[in-house]
Amino acid sequence: MAGPRAHPGSFSGWPLPRAADAAARGALVVTAAFGAFALIMLLYERNPFGALAAMVSSTLGTSYGLSEVLVKMSPMLLTAVAVAVPARLGLVNVGGEGQMFIGGLCATWGALTFQGLPGWLLLPLMAILAFAGGGLWAGVTGWMRARGWLTEVFSTLLLNYIAILLVNFLVFGPWRDPGSGNYPQTRPIPDTAHLPLLGNTRVHAGIFVGLLAIVLFYPFLKKTRLGLQMRAAGGNPVAAAQTGIRVGRYIVIAMFVGGGLAGLAGMTQVAGIQFRLNPGLAAYVGYTGFLISWLAGHRPLAIVPMAFLLAVLAGGGDILQITQGVPYAVVNVLVALSLCLMLAVRARRVPS
Amino acid sequence: MNLAVWVGGVAIAIQVGTSVLYPTLGEILGQRSGLVNLGIEGVMLMSAAVGYAVTAVTGNILLGVLAGVAAGAAFNLVFGVLVVTRRSNQLASGLSLYFLGAGLSALIGVSFIGQRIDGLRQLSFPGLSSLPSPWGRLFQQDILVWLVAPIAYLLWWVLSRTRWGLKLRATGEDRNSAYAAGVHPSRLQYQALGIAGALSGLGGVELALGYTKTWQEFMTSGRGFIAIVIVIFSLWHPLRAVGGALLFGAATALGLQLQAQGASISPYLLDMLPYLVTLTVVLIWGRPKAFTAPMGLREVFQGTAK
Repeated sequence: MAGPRAHPGSFSGWPLPRAADAAARGALVVTAAFGAFALIMLLYERNPFGALAAMVSSTLGTSYGLSEVLVKMSPMLLTAVAVAVPARLGLVNVGGEGQMFIGGLCATWGALTFQGLPGWLLLPLMAILAFAGGGLWAGVTGWMRARGWLTEVFSTLLLNYIAILLVNFLVFGPWRDPGSGNYPQTRPIPDTAHLPLLGNTRVHAGIFVGLLAIVLFYPFLKKTRLGLQMRAAGGNPVAAAQTGIRVGRYIVIAMFVGGGLAGLAGMTQVAGIQFRLNPGLAAYVGYTGFLISWLAGHRPLAIVPMAFLLAVLAGGGDILQITQGVPYAVVNVLVALSLCLMLAVRARRVPS
Repeated sequence: MNLAVWVGGVAIAIQVGTSVLYPTLGEILGQRSGLVNLGIEGVMLMSAAVGYAVTAVTGNILLGVLAGVAAGAAFNLVFGVLVVTRRSNQLASGLSLYFLGAGLSALIGVSFIGQRIDGLRQLSFPGLSSLPSPWGRLFQQDILVWLVAPIAYLLWWVLSRTRWGLKLRATGEDRNSAYAAGVHPSRLQYQALGIAGALSGLGGVELALGYTKTWQEFMTSGRGFIAIVIVIFSLWHPLRAVGGALLFGAATALGLQLQAQGASISPYLLDMLPYLVTLTVVLIWGRPKAFTAPMGLREVFQGTAK
């Protein structure tokens, strides 16, 4: 008679229900992350609880703080889905940062070139341009991967650096606004190209674009033929190829869609926040999206709370810097450390 | 462009190539043991920050170099805990190591931004550095530049001519068979990661203390990732890696020298050169006819759904 056994992959090694096991892992990650945060705060001779309270009250405690969290969260949703979609095929898209820049670049070009168009035509046009631009930027890497030339991990990473330099070239060179003094940026886009705002906050319609991407992600995978074939190609590429699914084509499509979504994030930043193209457009949101998607296990519904959490942390990081005199990098350390811990507790022990 | 500019360009190419060759060698060692570490960019940043901070505080450059190298080795072992002990996804672990290294190094280096230190001294090659004007420049390099080629040769010798190297390669090809043959794969992989971290650290230290003599956030600007691409281009061979790293150095030097000569091309376009050259070169020569990578890596790149 076998006694109760721990299920395979159990973290604690005890015969706990799966939910309790997951809770134990979550508690461990949160405790360890806060421990690290407290340690850093003590090194800076700050009260860790006071710092945490300042972070929470300034972001969640006021309606202004909360609206700023939503502003930060909106591009993160898109760059996270940009990672989650290719991940369904086992693809690792680390190029969200560059794809976002390219999307912003294409959207700005559209807005400045077709200034005369009415808003209801101009905004969709900018979105299409941004999606196509970011999509092509990522699609190329998918194509190279499908041909067996170069893994998308490396090509997407290297293209980030090229995209940022391209934007710098444009805003310091041919696209520079002559009236902007020393600040490198393009001319402002016309008012018709601005996304509608929510009430009198800075929250713009981009957040609905992000939520829409999340909502559509699930039925797309589960209910459509394309989604089914993508899941098959991701689950077992060899078997999928033998049943006639053209895996290479889906790799290109998944990367195109992922890059397009990151491109949309760039467009919403241009049309909702910056109103022009400048080198600060992406501000590491592309990389943050990567962390969010992995923290959420690439599950669309888990991406929303995770993006909210990271937006709170980002907002709190600004506050730490301003009120406590602690570098913003503390937040980056905290987030990266949490991901390391998550990976460590999630992995399964294998004998030998 | 006259001769002096060309020779100066070669000297820059050698120095920049050095900063990317060290991590390339480290990554070759790691990948030969079956581990793809995307985090060496973070390891380089950590070593650069720690090396710079220790040098700036103590004023002792030897201490700075040693601290940077030790920090690199120790930090890379975090990757070992994740992928060897905890068996987590290598690509995700590597990238989270990069993010962690980027954040921690920014934290360490924050008070040193804008400072300048003397950095590593130029050592002259006896006899050759007194050559007539432009040529002598080539033979005045810092100690880490002089050491990189012998280290590459040593790594090749260790990998292909020693019992340890054989065991390491066996682990990288097929972990289970190596285990059955009496090798301790986990121990070997930890050893490889420790050495790889120290080598990547030398790259970061060379960058901060030898080449730029300053600290800046994200100062490695992708050199760690470029090193991984050079690993593919060099087909996991330490001596071929020397050529790959020099090519990257040459692309960087070309851009810098064109700027110095006042070429009417945007510096941002010239800065793209190293990335474009690396991508092009790996697409042309890095496409192996057969799968030349260590067989253990196949698992990492195919089937990374979770």
